Amino acid sequence: MQTRKLTLIAGATMMALSANTAWAEKITLTVASFPSFDAAVTAAIPLYKKINPDVEIKLVSLAYNDHHNAMTTALATNSNLPDVMGVEADYMGRFANSSGLYDLRQAPFNSGEIEAKFSPFAVPLAAGEKGQLSGMPADIGPGAMFYRSDIMEKAGVSVEDLTKDWDSFIEAGVKVREVTGQYMMSNVQNIVDIVIRSGIEDGGGVYFDAEGEILVESERFQEAFRLAKKAREAGLDGKIAAWSNEWSEGLRRGDIAVEFMGAWLGGHLANWIAPDSAGDWATANLPNDSWASWGGSYYAIPKSTEHQAEAWEFITFMTTNKEMQLLAFEEIDAFPALIEAQDGPFFDQPLPYLGGQKARLQYKEAAAQIPAISVNKLDPVAKQVIADALESVLERDVAVDKALADAAKLLKRRARRK
Amino acid sequence: MPSVVANQPKPLEMKYRQGLLRKLFGAKAYKAAPYMFISPFFILFFIFGLFPMLFSIYLSFHAWDPVDGLGAMEWIGWENYTFALTDEWFHTSIYNTFWIAFASGIPQHVLAIPLAYFIHSSLTKMRNSVVGVYFVPYITSSVAIALVFTSLFSRDFGVINLVLTSIGNFSIGEFQPLAWLFPTENVDWQRPEYTKPMISFVVFWRYVGWNTVLYLAAMQTIPKDLYEAATIDGARRLQQFWYITLPMLKPMMFLAVTLTIIGNLQLFEEPFIITGGTGGLEQAGKTAAMHMYITAFTESDFGTASAISWILFMVIAGLTWINTKLLGSKD
Repeated sequence: MQTRKLTLIAGATMMALSANTAWAEKITLTVASFPSFDAAVTAAIPLYKKINPDVEIKLVSLAYNDHHNAMTTALATNSNLPDVMGVEADYMGRFANSSGLYDLRQAPFNSGEIEAKFSPFAVPLAAGEKGQLSGMPADIGPGAMFYRSDIMEKAGVSVEDLTKDWDSFIEAGVKVREVTGQYMMSNVQNIVDIVIRSGIEDGGGVYFDAEGEILVESERFQEAFRLAKKAREAGLDGKIAAWSNEWSEGLRRGDIAVEFMGAWLGGHLANWIAPDSAGDWATANLPNDSWASWGGSYYAIPKSTEHQAEAWEFITFMTTNKEMQLLAFEEIDAFPALIEAQDGPFFDQPLPYLGGQKARLQYKEAAAQIPAISVNKLDPVAKQVIADALESVLERDVAVDKALADAAKLLKRRARRK
Repeated sequence: MPSVVANQPKPLEMKYRQGLLRKLFGAKAYKAAPYMFISPFFILFFIFGLFPMLFSIYLSFHAWDPVDGLGAMEWIGWENYTFALTDEWFHTSIYNTFWIAFASGIPQHVLAIPLAYFIHSSLTKMRNSVVGVYFVPYITSSVAIALVFTSLFSRDFGVINLVLTSIGNFSIGEFQPLAWLFPTENVDWQRPEYTKPMISFVVFWRYVGWNTVLYLAAMQTIPKDLYEAATIDGARRLQQFWYITLPMLKPMMFLAVTLTIIGNLQLFEEPFIITGGTGGLEQAGKTAAMHMYITAFTESDFGTASAISWILFMVIAGLTWINTKLLGSKD
């Protein structure tokens, strides 16, 4: 710990020297964030003070939704904006096009020089329609499959059966259901979420392509809906929404055998969802060589700030300083977006909760494989449209083609201003 | 008495005081003083009441993505209104709103009036504590309420399913006499067909006490001699309730029903928390106010959201007008 801190200070001092050192008076930098992302800032303050004793960091933290609503209204009126804004991945797509945030690709920031340092998929998620970049990635959520190895063993299902392809996964689920009676997954919605994100070429989007054309009738969606229907009909899922009482209790009691989520779910399982099941859970990559990400966090700089240079320096410290990135990973389980930080002894450690797997290496592989998907500010609308369409297919026996055609029509209407 | 008179300033003294104020602030300022004293209310009202309201009218004729700043507003006339009025999701949300408004609103009053009558006529010592108990849901945080109810209505671990299925599975030998009426397996309350009834139940439970208190207060103002005269004339209790209490309650009914209409059509917190902010499967629990919120903060379309809020205002105004015609007093 001590040596790491020392190297951190050494590295940071270098950085501070190379940067502009002409500030004489104390500057207060206001950073707005939300839990638990704000913990990274809290952890950073003492370290950052050593590099930049003249910069005070003032952290303003609100609950997840409140924070993003407050930032939306602050951007709307261009008032009460912080100097540095933390933004979650779901909101980054909307904020990316805001004229109230600096395009970090422009001078004096020139983020283009350091963008290659991050996991390739993370940067496009903060890019706007005109090629601007509004946020720097701090942490990412590479997707993983978590499964109960004891249940799989009892049902005679191998990891290979789970990961080969989706049809094989569903067959394995049928076995699990027959032998143990447990649900294979919380909700078939998960299959759809992953499959519609697979096979997208770099630069493409999930629901819209670069020109804003609607893609929901494409092969990806057809296949996703077909698989979800097949899994639902086989009775594989508990029809449980993530983060509900049923969900956490189902995972705790081992009623749900598989869950797909960001790598950070491992921490949640170990800490509060199912601490007693240590050793029973294991992880693997997503089925059918799919790669997807769950969440992630960014830093943006509002144009109203008077401390542009300091804000940028703070952001680069948080996102490109290897020690800081590793510290955030160790402290709050925020997987580093910085490739350089995705290495070292911490990654080689076996995780006892996951039966001694070196799971962090697996997450690292996933982070490298996730395609660079572009975002559209109407993605949240499209998500709702697709959720409704899926429900009609699963429970109202609407044909997949018709449901997707209706979804496309609905989406076209709502995308009227594109 | 004389001491009071003695304390009052004599005319001459008053003149002197007025003169002092005039000297200090000038004649005009002296006249303006009352307005200054009342100004805090108006200043606050203009900033937080009138301005946002007028601004939202202005906004409803614009296309505006708020994260782009005020400069990005673009005049588009009535397009937001035509879009909202022809929007499938808006129709669903209006339908949901009315469904929940009726399913939770009507039982509120149908139950609150007899309940208030019972408390009024039969309870003496216990009255305040009973009224207090009925009133507690009204002052409890709606977040706490929604959390408790989602736990109660939990499919696999909820108390409600536990009770219902244990009744349904009650058996004498092989025979289950109650299986035809009660579920024998856990009911998934998250299904769209249950979402609206569940929300309605919570809303009903929450506001029935409030209405009871309103009606109770009104009953206490009904003169006792009316009942005494009716008793002498041989009217039974039910007749007294029907021919004295109910007609005398009409003004309060008008107020209470108006409040219910306004409150239920603006219903937001309970469905928002129960459905986790999404409106539930197939948007079955998405009310108009929720639709407005989602349009603004998820779809980033403040213009359409403002238009929706004004359409909603027109609907509420219309219904209140009908209510005035039906229940409002003409005398």
